Formats: sequence, C-alpha cells, structure tokens
Amino acid sequence: MELTVGPSQFFWPAEFWSSFYQDLAQSPVDHVVIGELVCSKRLPFYQDHIPDAISALIAAGKQVALTSLALVTLKRERKLTAELAEMGVMVEVNDLTALAHLPEGTAFTVGPLVNVYNEGTLRWLASRGTRRVCLPPELPLASVETLTRTAGDLGIAVEVWGHGRLPLAISGRCYHARLHGRTKDNCQFACEDDPDGLEVRTRDGKPFMAMNGVQTLSDSYACTDHQIEQLRAIGVSALRLSPQSQEFLRLCALYRKRVDQRLPKGGVAKEIMEKTPDLRLSDGFLTGSCGAAWSGEMIP
Amino acid sequence: MVMEIVCPAGTPAALRAAVKAGAHTVYCGFNDETNARNFPGLNFNRAEMRDAVAFAHRHGSKVLVAINTFPRAGDEAIWHCAVADAESSGVDAVILADLGLLDYTARAHPGLRRHLSVQAAAANADVINFYADTFGVKRVVLPRVLSVPEIAAINAETEVETEVFVFGGLCVMAEGRCSLSSYATGLSPNMNGVCSPASHVDYTEDQGVLDARLGGYLIHRVNKGEPAPYPTLCKGCFTASDKTGHLFEDPVSLNAEQLIPQLQKAGVTALKIEGRQRSKSYVAQVVQNFRAAVDALEAGRSMPEGMLARLSEGQAMTTGAYKKTWR
Repeated sequence: MELTVGPSQFFWPAEFWSSFYQDLAQSPVDHVVIGELVCSKRLPFYQDHIPDAISALIAAGKQVALTSLALVTLKRERKLTAELAEMGVMVEVNDLTALAHLPEGTAFTVGPLVNVYNEGTLRWLASRGTRRVCLPPELPLASVETLTRTAGDLGIAVEVWGHGRLPLAISGRCYHARLHGRTKDNCQFACEDDPDGLEVRTRDGKPFMAMNGVQTLSDSYACTDHQIEQLRAIGVSALRLSPQSQEFLRLCALYRKRVDQRLPKGGVAKEIMEKTPDLRLSDGFLTGSCGAAWSGEMIP
Repeated sequence: MVMEIVCPAGTPAALRAAVKAGAHTVYCGFNDETNARNFPGLNFNRAEMRDAVAFAHRHGSKVLVAINTFPRAGDEAIWHCAVADAESSGVDAVILADLGLLDYTARAHPGLRRHLSVQAAAANADVINFYADTFGVKRVVLPRVLSVPEIAAINAETEVETEVFVFGGLCVMAEGRCSLSSYATGLSPNMNGVCSPASHVDYTEDQGVLDARLGGYLIHRVNKGEPAPYPTLCKGCFTASDKTGHLFEDPVSLNAEQLIPQLQKAGVTALKIEGRQRSKSYVAQVVQNFRAAVDALEAGRSMPEGMLARLSEGQAMTTGAYKKTWR
C-alpha cells in the first residue's frame, strides 16, 4: 500500500511552507499533491517556492501532482486553473473547472473534493484520462469496495482519506474574516493565525469543527489505523495523509510502518493519543454511524 | 422576455396550487433517495408524477424533476430508473448533478432536456460550458456563492440558461460539496437527500433553557419563550477563540425579490424558489408574489415592496452572496 500526501489545506508562511516540502522529500511517502486548494488569495505569498518544492520532491523519487482550487469563481482563479497544466506535472482536479481546461487525452488525477460516488462517474472519468482517484471522505466502506472493484477493471488507482482533519465544506464566504468582523475581500489573512485551522466548539464546550478561511473542517482527525487491513483487502492502493503543521514527518513514518505491517493495528492511534492526548480521532465515515464516530477507545 | 418563475412542489396538491397561482414551471422529485428533499411524506410516486405533468401541461406550466443526489455505488439502477420514468411521464427536463448520471442520461435519453443542479456547484463560465459541451446541459442552477455582477459575467460567456435562487432556505456552503450533516448524523444531502435530518434532532428543556441538538451536538440554546430555530448545522451558534455567535450564518432565509430587476439585467432566465417541504398555501403565496413582481417588471411598473417578509423563517432575511459584502 502506498502513501499520498495531499495538498496542505492551511495558510502557512512561505518559509514554513518551503521547508515543509523540503523535509517531506526525505519522508517515506510515494505521492505528493502540492499547491493551493482552499483560497486563491493565499497563493501569491508562496507560489514562487512551488517549482523548487516540486523539483526537490521529484529528485527524491516522489510522484508529484499539482492541485486545482476547490471552488473556482473569479476570473483570476479561472486563469490560474487554466495555467495549471503548464507546470509540467500531473494536475489533480478538485473542481471540474480544471478538467475543462485540460487538453482532451491528458492524464490527470482526481482529488477528494470531486464527487465520485458511483461506477458511472468512475467510468466517465476513466474515459477522460483519470489515472488515480482519491474518493470523497464521506463514503462508507461498502461504497469504497464497490468503487475499488470497478476502478481495478478501469486501471484506476484508488486512494482513501487516510489521516487528517476532514474537508467537510467549502463556501463563498470566509469564516475567519467573518469572525474578525471583516469581509473576504478585506480578510487581512486572518486564517494565517491558525496553521491547523481554528477549533469551533458548541455552546456546551464540545469540539465540533475547525474553520479554515472559506473551508470548514472536522475538529477530529480522521484516522484509518483500524481499517488498513480491510482497505488493503478490497484493493485500495493508497492512503492520503493530509498535512498538519506539527509532527507531520513522524506521522508519515508511523503510517509507513503501519502499512508495511511493522506496526500492529491500533499502533498509530495509540502513539497519537499518547503524544497528543487532547486530539480527537474519527473513522466514522468508513465504518461508523456518523463521520465523527471513532471505532477505538475514547481517551476520557 | 418575462423571467420564468420556478416553483417547488413537495406534493401533488402543492403542484396544483403552484400552477394555479401562476408558476411558469414547477420542480419536484420522486419519493425516494434520488432527490435532495427526501423527506417522509414528501414527493411523488410514479402515477402521481404522470398526473402532475398532465395537469401542469393542460394549464401551460412546465414540470422539472430533480434527480440530484449522487447515486450510491452498486445501486445506480435506482437513479437510472428515475430518469427513464421521468422521461416517460413527459416531464420537460430533469435536474441532475452526478457526472455518471449526466453521462448516462445524455447517452440513454438524448431527447430528455438536462439541467445542471445546484448540487454540481458549477460556479464559472468555463465549467458551465464544459457541462454543456460534454453532456448537452441546457440550463444551470447557479450555486449560492456568486454576486450579481459575477452572474452577469457568466451569462456574457455562455449560451447555457441560468437559473438562480431568489427565495427560501439558504445554503451557506457550496451545495453538493458539504458533508457537515453526515459528519454529525451519518446522513447527507449528497448521499441521502437530507441535511440536518429531523430523525437526529433532540430538544431538551432544563430550568427555562431550551437546547436543540443535532446528532448530539448543541446547535441552538434559547430561553424558554424565545423563538427556537430548527437546528440546521451551518446556522447554529458556536464558539471560536473568544467569540460566540452564528459563526457561519445567522438563522436567516434568502429573499432576493428586490434584486429581480438586476438579475434580469444580468441575463438570468429563471428565478427559483426553494422549499419542496413547504405547504401548498405557502407555495401559492410565494408564487403569486413573484409572478406579480416579474409581470410588473415586464410591464414597466415598479416592483411591489416587502411583500414576502412574513413568510420567511424567523422573519430574518438576507440577499446572501448576491451582494459581495456577504462573503
């Protein structure tokens, strides 16, 4: 089983962003998706560093793809999307606009924010040139199994959301800006203060979501530690790990050991809970009654 | 040309009421998980759909059928059957969101007019034209993330008709791209056709305080006697840093009636009213008002003002993303 690192969902300072990817080049992952997913306003701050990061990753033997934005509305965003293919690496489509701009026959990958819920959609994407698909995180294991079977026939590699805060929604409105009494156009980059998103709690203090500019994430970190054997058995070829600002290389190494069967089931979750006892895990979309559910023991 | 009023109908009675009230077009769904308002007691069985289409056509109205959830892997036949039954009922178009279902419908039912659902979140001219070129989509329901000038810019670059929401419930998130509901309850708009489902709502009262929970998460807390809005996730009251409030959206509903002249100038073909879960009397009143507004506009008369305020959720209304400052 392979490991894919998805695009960072957060707004990080350019130096931090740059060193994150230089370090990632030395980590035991197979694929890296890079670029801006959430907000086009962030991109000018670090886009000059993208070519170097891509070069370092390719030199280290990683397969690299460049993500599209998750929601393309403005003229500037359409232009950015149209230019993605010019970077010379595979494009990961996270809004269908990116596909509209790819010359027909160009190979591409499909990210978790494209709605791939059924075989018909997979077949159509295959006919357009898809090689890899990361399925939407909300799919239950039964759907993953059906889709993986079809994908196998079509020669498409299937990824599932392996670890990290879940991308639950995207909006035209910026919630970080709203929290500070600003509009999106005058956001003053409030999201930069929260390198892993800002926790949103209910009024009785229960952690629920995390805001990240125009994106809403889960509070919990999805963790597939308990499903890896099942996922492998049904033919899932890669787990997608979503970047976080702290201890991410350690997380990659941990999952590497786990998928290589050098760490027992539960080993990833155990280490995470020991190191960061305040962090909540979930795997409910795959096997639970709701996305926030966790199949393991809750730390009180 | 007069703007087309596209009106919701959750039941055959609501459809007849909408048609009689002057709806140019009515949209509805089959009574299963193939549409995004899959609520108990709502929607049409096959015989009702045939009768409804016949009734609407006799009165000069059109019927659109929403088949706008994302087919479940292994069960696509349910959605394919819905498309076939819509066509044999004589409907004027189907409203679709899923790529696989669009591809299937374009190939298996090429004569059936296809509209792109808001659930596809097609938010720019490039992707709208792509849907038109690839699947023969004739109309797009625009996501509720665009301002009026952005809608005008889209219309300048596409031949595809545009339909926009003007009244009713307001999604704050891009539609079809939201799994908040399934995160909290296991049921989502995309997979199950429901958002913040009533089956997972729990009200508790303690010492004069009423709590409304969804899937165990506290969404609203009000003092007894205060209005208690339905616990829709994105309109809840939450805390982040040191601020407590409606962090995503207030419990408001959309009312863009005063923007109708601007929407017409922006090249919009059709005005859509949300609310297939609403009563027939509500539907009839909203339709009458909007029909009066577009007829006034067409005749060069001034728009009637503030007519729909009392029909809105909790009386609070917004023009949403149509005004750029909403963002």
